[in-house]
Amino acid sequence: MKSKADAVIIGGGVIGLAIAYNLAKKGMDDIVVLEREYLGSGATGRCGAGIRQQWGTEMNCRLARKSMDIFENMNELLETKMDIELKQQGYLLLAFSDKEMEQFRKNLELQARENIPSREVTPEEAKEIVPHLNIDDVAGGTFCPTDGHANPFLVVKAYEDAARRLGVEINTFTEAIDITKEAGRITGVQTDKGFIATDKVVNAAGGYSCQIGEMVGLDLPVKPERHEILVTERVEPFQGPMVMSFSYNIYCQQTPGGPFLMGFGDPDEPASFNRKSSWHFLEEMARKTYKLLPPLGELRVVRQWAGLYNITPDRQPIITESKEVPGFYMAIGFSGHGFMIAPMTGILMAEMILGEDLSLDINLDLERFEKGDLILEPSVV
Amino acid sequence: MDENNIIICRCEDLSLAELRDVIEDGYETIDEIKRVIRLGMGPCRGGTCLQLIDRVLAEYQGTGRDAIQQPTNRPPVEGMKLKEIAGGLDEI
Repeated sequence: MKSKADAVIIGGGVIGLAIAYNLAKKGMDDIVVLEREYLGSGATGRCGAGIRQQWGTEMNCRLARKSMDIFENMNELLETKMDIELKQQGYLLLAFSDKEMEQFRKNLELQARENIPSREVTPEEAKEIVPHLNIDDVAGGTFCPTDGHANPFLVVKAYEDAARRLGVEINTFTEAIDITKEAGRITGVQTDKGFIATDKVVNAAGGYSCQIGEMVGLDLPVKPERHEILVTERVEPFQGPMVMSFSYNIYCQQTPGGPFLMGFGDPDEPASFNRKSSWHFLEEMARKTYKLLPPLGELRVVRQWAGLYNITPDRQPIITESKEVPGFYMAIGFSGHGFMIAPMTGILMAEMILGEDLSLDINLDLERFEKGDLILEPSVV
Repeated sequence: MDENNIIICRCEDLSLAELRDVIEDGYETIDEIKRVIRLGMGPCRGGTCLQLIDRVLAEYQGTGRDAIQQPTNRPPVEGMKLKEIAGGLDEI
């Protein structure tokens, strides 16, 4: 392991690796990534694998739209050994009340301004798109045909391989224990395998980002929250789009290999580092799916698991440098949609660290929480 | 025998040659290998392959099989249909 680096990135998920790759591509020499377990072992490898652009805030729309451009070209851009399994058959978002439909129409206007090709659909049109959908209580919906899926494991591998080719040192099973400071500035990272001197540290630790914040004395406005998922046996493809609803609280997609992935967010879930799956989830998930997508009742559940969302008060990420601790950068608080906006996050954070102009107009700093004028992202499961 | 013809994971149709390829790529744990080539992620839930991969990894690493870290054992123990878990629509 290097004893000195231009930047140390804490977290070997898709965010940390995308940042490492983009920094190296822009010419930074000594970049070290620290990962406590194996790459993608945290939220990235546990996520629902969906990529959507249908968001309810400007920032999320921008990040998602541009990230989709990169996913579409990722195999070439990163010269992947294994295809990232991009599938673009859309996201069908369902509304279950007129009030929800009103919110959707506002979101559509916003999305149109950001060049996202989403549109409103009637319940009947929704059923044309997903014929096995039970539209009994559906008030309407929106559909974006270019939304879809990518394989998180293989996206991680793609960024890992590309970063390594550019000379990035990636240390798995290596834990950051402390960050040292002198006169308010960062001087290095203490790991369980030795010390790395550096004046730039990136917090990309996902669900554990608040612990990394504590190392430099920051109380970050993020909290970890368990979210659960299950996967079924594989079957012939019969559902193109991701079916999703915020009020009915579900997302369910057939992955290119054939299995269905599905989950929902438990509104009573407390903030914690708990990553264990629960029987309650399995039961509730089965009921929801069987009612909304009846033929899926015939599918056997193969596995269930849980991972941590890293939630901010406005459900939008924090992508910024600390004003209190110069040299401490954060790409955290993705609130359940970090995977799908990782490609742009990697670029923007690299630009920020190198002092370049940002290629996308974003304002995702920490000060917004102090001012209190938050624009709340309404579209999170 | 040609290692391309020795099937390690029947659900995902993976051969011993494919397993050796990822080990030679530098992956050292079952958890990593699972995620890269889907070994053990099919409907049998790793019933056969997880025993075989132990041995291959132990050989590479010059350790005993006991030294190989096991992946998380995730529920359910056996595949169950969603509608059986849902227990009928009455309660919904």
